[in-house]
Amino acid sequence: MPDLGISVLVQGAAMRRLFLGLLVTARIAFTSVALSMFFGVLAGILMTRRNPALRFFCRMYLEAMRIIPVLVWLFIFYFGLSRNLRINLTGEAAAVLVFILWGTAEMGDIVRGAVTSLHKHQYESGYALGLSEAQLYRYIIIPQAVRRLVPGAINLATRMIKTTSLVVLIGVVEVLKVGQQIIEANFLKSPTASFWVYGFIFFLYFILCMPISRLSKFLEKRWQS
Amino acid sequence: MSIAFVVKVIPLYIKAMGLVLRLCFFGGIFSLAVGLACAIVRYYRVPLLRQLAGAYIELSRNTPLVIQLFFLFFGLPRVGIKLESFTCAVLGLSFLGGSYMAESFRGGLEAVGKGQIEAGLCIGLSRFQLVRYVVLPQAVAVAIPSLGANVIFLLKETSLVSIVALEDLMSLAKDLIGLYYKTNESLVLLVLSYLALLLPLSALLRFTERRLRYAGFGN
Repeated sequence: MPDLGISVLVQGAAMRRLFLGLLVTARIAFTSVALSMFFGVLAGILMTRRNPALRFFCRMYLEAMRIIPVLVWLFIFYFGLSRNLRINLTGEAAAVLVFILWGTAEMGDIVRGAVTSLHKHQYESGYALGLSEAQLYRYIIIPQAVRRLVPGAINLATRMIKTTSLVVLIGVVEVLKVGQQIIEANFLKSPTASFWVYGFIFFLYFILCMPISRLSKFLEKRWQS
Repeated sequence: MSIAFVVKVIPLYIKAMGLVLRLCFFGGIFSLAVGLACAIVRYYRVPLLRQLAGAYIELSRNTPLVIQLFFLFFGLPRVGIKLESFTCAVLGLSFLGGSYMAESFRGGLEAVGKGQIEAGLCIGLSRFQLVRYVVLPQAVAVAIPSLGANVIFLLKETSLVSIVALEDLMSLAKDLIGLYYKTNESLVLLVLSYLALLLPLSALLRFTERRLRYAGFGN
């Protein structure tokens, strides 16, 4: 009988399990993206303050998050915290925490870039027109800053979705791990299963991320000023 | 912290750092080649190849390296394509990096003014000469900061190669934690190793960038 590895995908509960795994991935991604965006805006506003101590602290935080690979941070939180502080995080909790810390830093930098890229005369003209500070931000600064940061923020979201695939390395059972389980369960029956299952997951990530990155590119072009 | 343990395992870390550097070097070189080829093909609108390059860039940018490596290392052997660990890792890094490099080159190519190209044509340069002597030198100079950022990105992405059974810094740290239960020492050394690799690289990058700015490129 010819070996049809692809049939593994539709046998039994395989497809359902893969999608349940994808849900775990989506849950991690969604929680971390949403919270990163929120904290990132706050961090970005802090980064634009002129206080030198605050500035230095923000800079160090951003550099630390940027220069050390995310996987190393995952290891530190997953293995290091439990050993030193007796905090036993589950893999998923450690992952969400690390992604939020990392996403906040990156998002903060995007916000900082968007706000500081606005010309000084935008503020000055606003004041010259007699706007109050609230009005100035409401009608002049925020609308322009948002246009500059949204494409970057969406781009960051796709990066974070892709990064969620790292959690399999600290033992979280998500779509990739489920794929592994399916492959191992069918190892003798259909040896080419791994080609199809990993190919399928590859495709899943692709159709998840492609529309989002397209949207980012579209907005960037449309709002080019 | 046990100093004796740290001293004992430092050579292992140095060996793993060597592997990471080798991976980053080969991955970087191949990424640059792939990226340059894709960018030129798209810039000159070569039919068919342009669409292929576009599809490749979309595919590579929208999938994580973890999945790419899993597919290369566990998926392909099952359909008859067996690759060594190191080849797999370099292939994965180049597949991922190629599209990032292509985007950087594209930015550089687009920054070359039309006047430059027209001037080149005016003095009778052939198409090849035009690219070689007028367009590329300027495009590369503009693209260098972002190309350098991509190299740093690739170096960080090598932290995933333990998937394809390479003994890199990550898997070394994990093994040491498992074998000796020396979590702190292993993690501290892990962070220090990455800093030792990345800080000089990013300093070098900043230095080059400043130099280029003085030369009047890349504003």
